[in-house]
Amino acid sequence: MGVVGERLQPNLFERSRPGRGGGKIPHPPKDALDRLPAEARRETPPALPELNEPEVVRHYVNLSQLNFAIDTGFYPLGSCTMKFNPKINEWAARLPGFASLHPLSPDEVAQGTLQLLWELEQILAEVSGMRAVSLQPAAGAQGELTGILMIRAYHFGRDDTGRTEVLVPDSSHGTNPATATMAGLRTITIPSASDGGVDIDAFKAALGPRTAAVMITNPSTLGLFEKRIGELLDEVHAAGALAYMDGANLNAILGRFKPGEAGFDVMHFNVHKTFSTPHGGGGPGAGPVGVGEKLLPFLPSPRVLRGDDGRFRLERPGERPTSIGRLRSYVGNTGVLVRAYAYLRSHGGSGLREVSDDAVLAANYLKKRVSEAYDIPYDRACKHEFVASATPIKKKTGVRTLDIAKRLIDHGFHPPTIYFPLIVDEGMLIEPTETESIETLDAFADALIAIAGEAETDPETVKAAPHAAPVRRLDEATAARQPNLRWAPMTGRQMPCPD
Amino acid sequence: MPYGPHTTADRQRMLDALGIASVDELFDDIPAELRAGDLALPDPEPELELTARLIDLAGRNRTDLISFLGAGVYRHWTPPVVDQILLRGEWYTAYTPYQPEVSQGTLQSIYEYESLLAELTGLDVVSASHYDGAAATAEAALMACRHTRRSRVLVSHAVHPHYRATTATYFGPNLELEEIPVVGDGELAGTTDLEALERLLSDADHPVAGVVVAQPNFYGLLEQMTRIAELAHAAGALFVAVVEPVSLAVLAPPGAYGADIAAGEGQPLGIAPQYGGPYLGILAATDELVRQIPGRLVGMTTDVEGRRAYVMTLRAREQDIRRDRAASNICTNQALLALAASVYLAAIGPHGLRDVAALGAARAAELEAALAALGAPRLHSAPYLNEFAIRVPRARDVHRRLLDRGVLAGLALADVEPGNAAVEDGLLVCATEVTTSADVARFAEALAAELAGSGPQATRELAPAGSGGS
Repeated sequence: MGVVGERLQPNLFERSRPGRGGGKIPHPPKDALDRLPAEARRETPPALPELNEPEVVRHYVNLSQLNFAIDTGFYPLGSCTMKFNPKINEWAARLPGFASLHPLSPDEVAQGTLQLLWELEQILAEVSGMRAVSLQPAAGAQGELTGILMIRAYHFGRDDTGRTEVLVPDSSHGTNPATATMAGLRTITIPSASDGGVDIDAFKAALGPRTAAVMITNPSTLGLFEKRIGELLDEVHAAGALAYMDGANLNAILGRFKPGEAGFDVMHFNVHKTFSTPHGGGGPGAGPVGVGEKLLPFLPSPRVLRGDDGRFRLERPGERPTSIGRLRSYVGNTGVLVRAYAYLRSHGGSGLREVSDDAVLAANYLKKRVSEAYDIPYDRACKHEFVASATPIKKKTGVRTLDIAKRLIDHGFHPPTIYFPLIVDEGMLIEPTETESIETLDAFADALIAIAGEAETDPETVKAAPHAAPVRRLDEATAARQPNLRWAPMTGRQMPCPD
Repeated sequence: MPYGPHTTADRQRMLDALGIASVDELFDDIPAELRAGDLALPDPEPELELTARLIDLAGRNRTDLISFLGAGVYRHWTPPVVDQILLRGEWYTAYTPYQPEVSQGTLQSIYEYESLLAELTGLDVVSASHYDGAAATAEAALMACRHTRRSRVLVSHAVHPHYRATTATYFGPNLELEEIPVVGDGELAGTTDLEALERLLSDADHPVAGVVVAQPNFYGLLEQMTRIAELAHAAGALFVAVVEPVSLAVLAPPGAYGADIAAGEGQPLGIAPQYGGPYLGILAATDELVRQIPGRLVGMTTDVEGRRAYVMTLRAREQDIRRDRAASNICTNQALLALAASVYLAAIGPHGLRDVAALGAARAAELEAALAALGAPRLHSAPYLNEFAIRVPRARDVHRRLLDRGVLAGLALADVEPGNAAVEDGLLVCATEVTTSADVARFAEALAAELAGSGPQATRELAPAGSGGS
């Protein structure tokens, strides 16, 4: 990793020494807490570590260097759209006018942010062909829940109360069926057709008076556009159900396909995928939802409104009784949305279309290169990502996709998404994004091809990979059997403040 | 496209390799009738111009106000080290640590976060983060239902109205959410009505899964958490405490008074207000509930060479493994904000955190005295930590007019609870360690002037855009 010395760190608690730190907060008056009832007071101080700032900095800088990140290398994690995160976005979100604004500020205090949010809603509506957008959901999965709850409210509002089922293809993200369950509905899983697409006939057979919604990811999690999507949407609507589009793969179709115009009733956006807001080591994201006419009354509250005088305001509590209500506190992950707004403005309409063009071109080029050594189960033009399979390699050498993924680490790459979607044997879902150069794409393909060769000549090295990472493969079985989920040795040992 | 690397020659090379003339051919699988026209959006904006646009927009928010607004989101001083650590690309441009060998930084930081919050809450298991305090509270209520196999949850009216509303949305028609009223008058006014709670718990035909109460509550008041835990447990229900993490440096932790689950908003731990997020949903529970807690968990283990290492574990609760039988649909969480909270706690330390909480309490007492002296007494009598409601005639109007005097006088409770006569005259105000005596004096001066001149003739029409509290 090009560093000197051991990067693995003792934990914060092991570093703690009584008496270290301080100098940050003035001492309060000694009687500051005397007016609190004894019953409400804490008896033993929390055993938090005592550290000085230089130690804290080294701890976290060294830990950070154990991470692979977009800023350190190629991160082709399929389904996650790990594109470059522009630095101006980070700067923008930290502008004091945005960052220090309290979410319950009166509207007249928050006109700048409200305008930004309102404009962002308009941009997302145009990109998706939807009628209106809510920025409230905190992540894609919460956007899904929002969408399905709106669909449920729509059916209930028509006294159509027997619709309890959600149809999803077997290639869907796990969040789709988990969302249906959270919304109190039942998931019906529909097997994919042999070409990897949605099996229209199977969907037709499953659709009926109990169907509340179908959830479709388009392009699919195999990176394939659903060619018969129009036909499917017609069938869904004819059955009285509504269509949800999982927008996880929107990066493939900007300016090429608008889900709302095509007939989807609702979709979510993953702004941490398509619109470059950082993934943050797992989050935060934001999962705005766009809706067509039918679901407009049910959007979460509060909405951002623009008055005739050009001023902006939030809906008041209870102002729109048809709303499904709140999904979270306040208005949304606004700091994330500021970043997305900056990205959308910097690209404009033409730039967004170029994003998808380049993402799709790069994916197809990389697919072609990877096919030199790997099976491509669905070999037609892909969109922004594609699935390769190591089944032939496994049969011949015993080396599995997991091993190949780990060996990629030794070559300096983050592994792709593996064993997803579940319908592909030994699958690798590879998504290069539009911000990686052709040199990087070639180097990654060369590495995959070299590993395929190595699987034949030296399979043990591949099976034991990674060799060059900070740690080797982990004992996950023990971690699950005897969970150690917190550091406890310091508990109860913290002494009260000396003064 | 501003961040793309491809030259015309690069694109041509890729097209040649694919044997196609144009990238359009790669979109042939979109049926012609479904193809989109050009996006009706503005032209790309160079960063130089975009910079000016963003500065202009940010400048349209008012940042000149002296603020006493809390209501779930608190202004605190954050040591600069927090943001400088957060700005390292190795943290914020990584994703979920699916490949532990190259994610030990994120994994160890989450394990440390789990440990830090376990200490603060006095509980055993802490999820790697949820969206915010509201979503964490909703998830806690759902956990109670799963664990007890009951479908009725009682939530105190004095839990943040957004948390109650969010929980109601998550519950939908299949689960039952009932409100415990607050005491109307007397010493305990504004706190959860324990007699009403007992009555609600005693309905044998509708057993209760969980009882949800906040400490401090939405009005800033301290609740009788030990007693509430006893009542909940006697009825076979779980007790969910909604907590504010800085207060846990000085207030009894949920584990000490018998809470089974703690939920709360982690924003006070080094996270900027940002008009609503991204924040940090804290969710912690006893060991007994480990299989019910939603969201990621990181555990300590070893690698094949015996070195200590960290990994995501107990994954069978999660959506990507269990699909429709998962504990929740959560995938993306708030990991970077959990990191912020950890760096904040590491930098400020246990004594620093106590000082933050105690200073806030001291400043709040100063604020209470100053406001009471000019005729704006507290609305309630129960003890508080650093936030309390005051009674001001025509509170909403006064609140708006004080903006012209440079003061954001907390929250007009009528904005979030329209129609609740008990709080119609209430302004919810808070002080923290960043509140100065000069701030308090300025608020008192402005309010005194406002009250002196606030006869009907001085009342002016509110702008239609006057609501901030939805």
